[in-house]
Amino acid sequence: MSDTQKTRRDLLARQFIEAIPHAQELGMQLTAIEDGKAVIGMDYDPRLVGDPETGVIHGGAVSALMDTCAGAAVMSHPAAAVATATLDLRIDYMRPATPGERITATAECYHVTRSVAFVRATAVDGDPDRPVATATGAFTIERAKS
Amino acid sequence: MSRRPEPVQVIKQRRDATLQKLVAGVPYIQFLGIQIDRRGDELTAVLPYADKLIGNPMLPAIHGGVTAAFLEVTAIVELSWAMIWEDMEAGRVDEDAPRIQLPKTIDFTVDYLRSGLPRDAYARARVNRSGRRYASVHVETWQDNRSRLFAQATGHFLMPPRDG
Repeated sequence: MSDTQKTRRDLLARQFIEAIPHAQELGMQLTAIEDGKAVIGMDYDPRLVGDPETGVIHGGAVSALMDTCAGAAVMSHPAAAVATATLDLRIDYMRPATPGERITATAECYHVTRSVAFVRATAVDGDPDRPVATATGAFTIERAKS
Repeated sequence: MSRRPEPVQVIKQRRDATLQKLVAGVPYIQFLGIQIDRRGDELTAVLPYADKLIGNPMLPAIHGGVTAAFLEVTAIVELSWAMIWEDMEAGRVDEDAPRIQLPKTIDFTVDYLRSGLPRDAYARARVNRSGRRYASVHVETWQDNRSRLFAQATGHFLMPPRDG
């Protein structure tokens, strides 16, 4: 694949992610997307709190971040999917995210077949050595009709 | 001493107030616009459609993360509800007591069966096992047809410490 093709594909994937209404609503920022890997950050937002006692962000918002990041990783993979959908996603919550801190998810396609991408993702807050959550998922690879 | 059964309005008021207390204090439930319907002890979570819930504008389809969040909220509300039901029925849930402590998610696995359409979604959860420390909950969500699920999930939860 030529450099121009690659740049165009990455641009398309970036625009696609930025055009997702719910990702916008959660204030997600895509900071890296290349070769089946993606990084997306999400600032702390009081609207997303799941436990008012502690101010900890709801697991559901972390799921949305992980799912979006995993989808972005699939779109940037050289398999060149024109679209993707989540088949299944498992999230392990290791510890509560520290209130007030930004959460950053990193996702990577670790295996891709003709029709399925297997993705791993990790979410961290200000302390990158202790993940907040990890996820594994299977995603569809929708190809352009030929 | 014979006790007359409580008037139905008193019972309903107490159950609805407890449920309200469980749900109203959680900003993320309000953010997604989730409402909880109650019939006796049966809860149905409702996610009214909104444009901000879209994940794929081309189809359009509800964001997979929204589906996961809706299922997780439903599971936590159902589990908390089952946890406090007995105390509530016995009139031991104090109106002035601090908030009800919520279970914490350990893991959550979502099975996406078909894409979520731009319509209202409904969900019901079933507590498969609830011990003193851990619980396992299954939850299903559908849109137009109850038998046509668009996603289901299973999660494990850490129960809050309880007295006794």
